[in-house]
Amino acid sequence: MSATGIGASVKRKEDIRFITGKGHYVDDLNRPGQAYAYFLRSPHAHATIDKIDASAASKSPGVVAIFTGDDIAADKVGGLICGWMIHSKDGSPMKAGAHPALAQGKVRYVGDHVAVVIADTLAQAKDAAEKIEVAYTELPAVTDTAKAASAGQAQIHDVAPNNTIYSWRLGDKAATDAAFASSAHVTKIDFVNNRLIPNPMEPRAAVAEYDSGVDALTLTTTSQNPHVARLVLSAFIGLAPEHKLRVIAPDVGGGFGSKIFIYPEETVCLWAARKIDRPVKWTAERTESFLCDAHGRDHVTHAELALDANGKIKGLRARTIANLGAYMSTFSSAVPTYLYGTLLSGQYDIPNIDCEVDAVYTNTAPVDAYRGAGRPEACFVIERLAEVAARETGRDPAEFRRMNFVKSFPHQTPVIMTYDAGDFAGALDKALALADYKGIGQRKAASAAKGKLRGIGFSAYIEACGMAPSQAVGSLGSGVGLWESAEVRVNPVGTVEVLTGTHSHGQGHETTFAQLVSARLGIPIENVSVVHGDTDKVQFGMGTYGSRSGAVGMSALSKALDKIEAKAKKVAGHVLEASEGDIEFKDGKFTVKGTDKSIDFGSIALNAYTAHKFSGQELEPGLKEGAFWDPTNFTFPAGVHICELEIDPQTGVVTIDRWTAVDDFGKLINPMIVEGQVHGGIAQGVGQALLEGAHYNSDGQLVTASFMDYCMPRADDLPSFKIETIETASPSNPLGIKGCGEAGAIGAPPAVINALTDALGHEDVAMPATPQAVWRAAKKAVKRAAE
Amino acid sequence: MVHVSMAVNGRPASADVDPRTLLVQFLRENLRLTGTHVGCDTSQCGACVVHVDGRAIKSCTVLAASCDGAQVTTIEGLAQGGKLHPMQQAFQDNHGLQCGFCTPGMIMASIDLVNREGPNLDEATIRHGLEGNICRCTGYHNIVKAVAQGAREMGAATPKAAE
Repeated sequence: MSATGIGASVKRKEDIRFITGKGHYVDDLNRPGQAYAYFLRSPHAHATIDKIDASAASKSPGVVAIFTGDDIAADKVGGLICGWMIHSKDGSPMKAGAHPALAQGKVRYVGDHVAVVIADTLAQAKDAAEKIEVAYTELPAVTDTAKAASAGQAQIHDVAPNNTIYSWRLGDKAATDAAFASSAHVTKIDFVNNRLIPNPMEPRAAVAEYDSGVDALTLTTTSQNPHVARLVLSAFIGLAPEHKLRVIAPDVGGGFGSKIFIYPEETVCLWAARKIDRPVKWTAERTESFLCDAHGRDHVTHAELALDANGKIKGLRARTIANLGAYMSTFSSAVPTYLYGTLLSGQYDIPNIDCEVDAVYTNTAPVDAYRGAGRPEACFVIERLAEVAARETGRDPAEFRRMNFVKSFPHQTPVIMTYDAGDFAGALDKALALADYKGIGQRKAASAAKGKLRGIGFSAYIEACGMAPSQAVGSLGSGVGLWESAEVRVNPVGTVEVLTGTHSHGQGHETTFAQLVSARLGIPIENVSVVHGDTDKVQFGMGTYGSRSGAVGMSALSKALDKIEAKAKKVAGHVLEASEGDIEFKDGKFTVKGTDKSIDFGSIALNAYTAHKFSGQELEPGLKEGAFWDPTNFTFPAGVHICELEIDPQTGVVTIDRWTAVDDFGKLINPMIVEGQVHGGIAQGVGQALLEGAHYNSDGQLVTASFMDYCMPRADDLPSFKIETIETASPSNPLGIKGCGEAGAIGAPPAVINALTDALGHEDVAMPATPQAVWRAAKKAVKRAAE
Repeated sequence: MVHVSMAVNGRPASADVDPRTLLVQFLRENLRLTGTHVGCDTSQCGACVVHVDGRAIKSCTVLAASCDGAQVTTIEGLAQGGKLHPMQQAFQDNHGLQCGFCTPGMIMASIDLVNREGPNLDEATIRHGLEGNICRCTGYHNIVKAVAQGAREMGAATPKAAE
């Protein structure tokens, strides 16, 4: 392994611009003559729009135009879409209500888009917006996930009676019921997977431009997937044909899923830029991010686990109500179905599973994928059930898990997924040793002596990522395939550009992709540049989410490099006057087998482009190859996280004393970057468990709409982490990569809650387990212990 | 309009601006120094931290007009003669950034932390000292390592001043 090859912790090439303030984020971009957009948003959770009077506002200084839903409709602009069809148990398709880019006739959540003001300056646009008079008739609103489908609630979309989008099932109800009926012990839990707001540090933004000379639009936007954005804006929303629409996603400051989706704002800005024939710029204020970025999670679940007399799991059933918000966002339908139910087996050999999910509309912001997307929800179900079942039956939680682990692969679960490779016991053993599990009794006693409560909690998570085999997701309702593309362009002097359909918004692709090229072609890593994020440069790609860039994106790159090597060998054969079959390529050199005749990669590149040593009719000049890679299966990263924490019962404050993680991500390209992904994921998972929660009051107002009210994890909320890995290669891609981007967010929340409930003597606490909630629970626990 | 005049990264900078103009807007829009970022609207996130007269301040919460006559240093002004500031180098060495959006403010706040608390910072001091800077990507683990290294390097580089 070289200092810059596969498995090396190479320092990131992209850092230089970020640490010197020279990144190019969307809001950094300015175009001559640009106008600024400001959105007027609904103050009501549910209301009809009776009249919009923009006459006074139109006369406000600097105003260029004011547009409403009527203007969008008059231009026949298509609505925003959900691209994944889910069918209910009765075979009927999901009830998708219309989602216009600006509200038509009705607003459905606080923050819903009513009008856009475009003016010469942002301040002028905001001043004008205040003068728009909107007459609303308020309607009753429902924000409570559990109550959305009850009789008598206000109907949010006419097409969805009882606000129910679909009633979906996965698994075998009859077999599962039978397993439960004959079980020795049933563990039951009810809980809420709390609603979260992704809050990447960069707010969403868009700069839209129209070139009337060529009738073409350009959108620069904070997107995780510019080609998907172009596809939706073109084919579904109908703003321009694809070849007349360029979408650029430059440096993007974090996404975590929230920047996958196609939103009203960039749609309206793009349409408006052509209407007014001036560039239109929009940047979200943080409150707007809170109100209108897609939120995450928000499940209400009842779950049960059936055990036999020996503690073996015989069945699992879960009934979940999933809140999708006021409109169906781009991938929303898939998150609580095929990204959730399919992971309920966890790391365990569970013969019978039955999962029912009802998705509902409420008068809240749309809900869609947020780091983990369905898998954190599944992991919380199975890992809380496992821990509680172990405690209820008097078994050590680690040994209970070990007894039930899948031990041989491939393993077909009852919920579609076939786990291909893993070593669940191996990760557990390593984690137990690293966490000094043996010493927990002493540490608990030491804490108790100081008046503190110490607890330890496990989470043996597994996830499906490396999104995704196209035929599989197509058969499950996806409107798109989830392959990935790479093009390798070797320049005449031997430097290389990689064009990838993935997008880096923190994941370090400019370094990791270059590591692969450097290792394969034997060229210095400085000679490789990675191009992403521009539909004019990269032909097509599906973007970055679902921990797919390594497993799928780098596999496409690997295939393209295979083709480069094959072509280069042909050129080398001509140059070295040997047959192609006698050429070997190693460490950047082409050698004729059994001789010392050799030539370096750079010289072969030059030869490919000068075409002096071969007939251009026999062998095409040039050295440029592309590949589209479609994985054969999902990948299954898995591991064990162990959280050990201490509660101060006087204040309810929870201090995480140590965090141990042993993860199996298959092959690692850059361990430093992998660890960084785990750190960030754990922080978000701890945030979910202890700090974060989006809360709507009974009027449908989002009362957690700023960093003052929504508690983001800060440096002093977290410890340093002990992160190690084991490796069982993924058989479903040529590099053996499983992916690591979401694991921390998936594994962490149940580890925290399991530790907390352990400290509290098994008193349950809902997420977020704020100091107030913990203090209350601690009082109850202390009281119970005294009785 | 009000006339503001200050030195930014050692260069004079002046303009006539709307009195409501925040320092961060003056830097980003008038001076096109886009390294300082806006991440929130309640002064919590710290992406906008710059140094004004040697102290870290949140440029989203201060009017450009109130910085009239001040010496302002932004992230763009840290590297000298093509050589990175030790804190910048430490962030790269320790993978203390991912998306990079919080990074300028994080670096500026960290330098200020060292200026106030000295170069030998323990983990608790660093974590507490960065309460005003939110990062969503890194989980802070590597930021803490970066700040500890940057602090040590800053301490090694500064000869002890005879006060």
